[in-house]
Amino acid sequence: MDLESLYQEIILDHYKRPRGRGLREPFDAEVHHVNPTCGDELTLRVTLDGDVITDISYDGQGCSISQASASVLHEQLVGETVATGLATTDAFVTLMQGRGRVEPDEDVLGDAVAFAGVAKYPARVKCALLGWMAWKDAVSQAVASETPEVAP
Amino acid sequence: MTAVHAPVSGLLDVERVAADFPILSRTVRGGNRLVYLDSGATSQKPVSVLDAERDFYTRHNAAVHRGAHLLAEEATDAYEAARATIAALIGAETRELVFTKNATEALNLVSYAFSNATAKAQHGRPLPSGAERFVLRPGDEIVVTEMEHHANLVPWQEVCDKTGAVLRWIGIDDQGRLDLDHPEHGLHAVLGERTRVVALAHQSNVLGTVTPVRVVADAAHAVGALVVVDACQSVPHMPIDVADLGADYIAFSGHKMLGPSGIGVLWGRYDLLEAMPPFLTGGSMIEVVRMEGSTFAPPPQRFEAGVPMAAQAVGLGAAVDYLQALTSADGSLSGLAAVAAHEHALTAYALGSLAEMPGVRLIGPADTTSRGAAVSFVVEGIHAHDVGQVLDDRGVEVRVGHHCAWPLHRRLGVAASTRATFYVYNGLRDVDDLVAGVRHAQSFFGVA
Repeated sequence: MDLESLYQEIILDHYKRPRGRGLREPFDAEVHHVNPTCGDELTLRVTLDGDVITDISYDGQGCSISQASASVLHEQLVGETVATGLATTDAFVTLMQGRGRVEPDEDVLGDAVAFAGVAKYPARVKCALLGWMAWKDAVSQAVASETPEVAP
Repeated sequence: MTAVHAPVSGLLDVERVAADFPILSRTVRGGNRLVYLDSGATSQKPVSVLDAERDFYTRHNAAVHRGAHLLAEEATDAYEAARATIAALIGAETRELVFTKNATEALNLVSYAFSNATAKAQHGRPLPSGAERFVLRPGDEIVVTEMEHHANLVPWQEVCDKTGAVLRWIGIDDQGRLDLDHPEHGLHAVLGERTRVVALAHQSNVLGTVTPVRVVADAAHAVGALVVVDACQSVPHMPIDVADLGADYIAFSGHKMLGPSGIGVLWGRYDLLEAMPPFLTGGSMIEVVRMEGSTFAPPPQRFEAGVPMAAQAVGLGAAVDYLQALTSADGSLSGLAAVAAHEHALTAYALGSLAEMPGVRLIGPADTTSRGAAVSFVVEGIHAHDVGQVLDDRGVEVRVGHHCAWPLHRRLGVAASTRATFYVYNGLRDVDDLVAGVRHAQSFFGVA
């Protein structure tokens, strides 16, 4: 009954025509995340120029939700600042963990609002978050490696 | 669109059986009939099991094997009577049956006998007579198979890491059967004089493959190894006699055979149980306790530390009674033989139906020879999670993912699969609903 609300057209479109898929160089950090319950895997790279995200490239295998989510992540965050990207990520995580009771803000989330229906299926939330958690991990590594030593 | 089926021999009277399971009368996801095809993960419970647990708590509840009051006596009797009932089901002596939290704990209990005996021997600490059998030396070998559930793989990896033993495994062929004659990964290629343990599933939880335990056990015994069988997917589904099976230990879980969760069973040859150091320690598993050290009770109490799960044992006893009272619709078979025949008929029908579907690839044996009622498949172009989601939307509940058998999926080149498992309350109509659901998934995702 809720299949269409879960699998919004935007999600199916990103699943069938993923944006920015494939691993590219150069990159500042690379991570590999798995979903141990289903075996889905994602390798993700982040490239920064100062505090601007110049690329998020990724490859992996998994269900439509996890793959579409990584594609939306790429589309939403590339070109944004790290701060904006992290704020979008926080909003997305809040939406996903809201059990369907959080009102999504399209201005912050863009196409990622399409995943609102996923929040009603707790077993699928991890799928939707796989790429975003990988990105958060990668960007924190990239920022850490770029931060200059603080002068004494 | 309900298909009308000609009578199929061997089936149980499914409507009558299903009426014993209250949960099966509920609806799911917007009023759909519940089509429960995930009994391989856990089975549903008949009302007689629920009543048995409730009766225990409402009339007899006390901590078993402690206290001398009336309730303690009654509770202990109920707990031990359940042990006898379950032992009789598998042709075992009552004292050979150890209750555990689940099958995973039962398998760990055996694996820890090896690492604990090895650690104690290294420090010259006391061990039961005969415990040398459990002391491992670097280079000793433990053999598993490539189709194991993680519960019969990871504990042995841990034993290897703790003792310096080496893990080896028997491979599988493309049909999902043990490749016993393979020159590198076959039975005789991996067994040797250093083999100390051979651990294998009796029936694959993914593929349904029933393994030739007797053949493996005889070869293992010929080189002096002990044989540990994960019987989680066999004891609930077919008649088992431990003497015929040829294993030294079998482990199974209560919740997969109509019993409550929170109880598993380890059966072991008594002389071996006697030679094993304890696993979990504490109250009621002791003989004498002094500040300087302790001695331990004989099995099975040695392996049942703390207040045990009495109500769950009673519930499992009731589940065994229920299974043994089942009869085929035509009256030809009873008990686990009737269960096996029923599942055989369902599996044949499911394999036939799925094999005809374009874009559906079965993994595991394509025919019902030596094969149980776990039917796993891949739908081309649709991830198993998405197949499962569409099925769930129609009330068909299956398992998706790697089913705790990740190396097996890797070997088969499959990231994740969809698995339907059948039990006593499933009928041909459930298979039809599964097939219709898969077809719907294909049209929803535009792959057919």
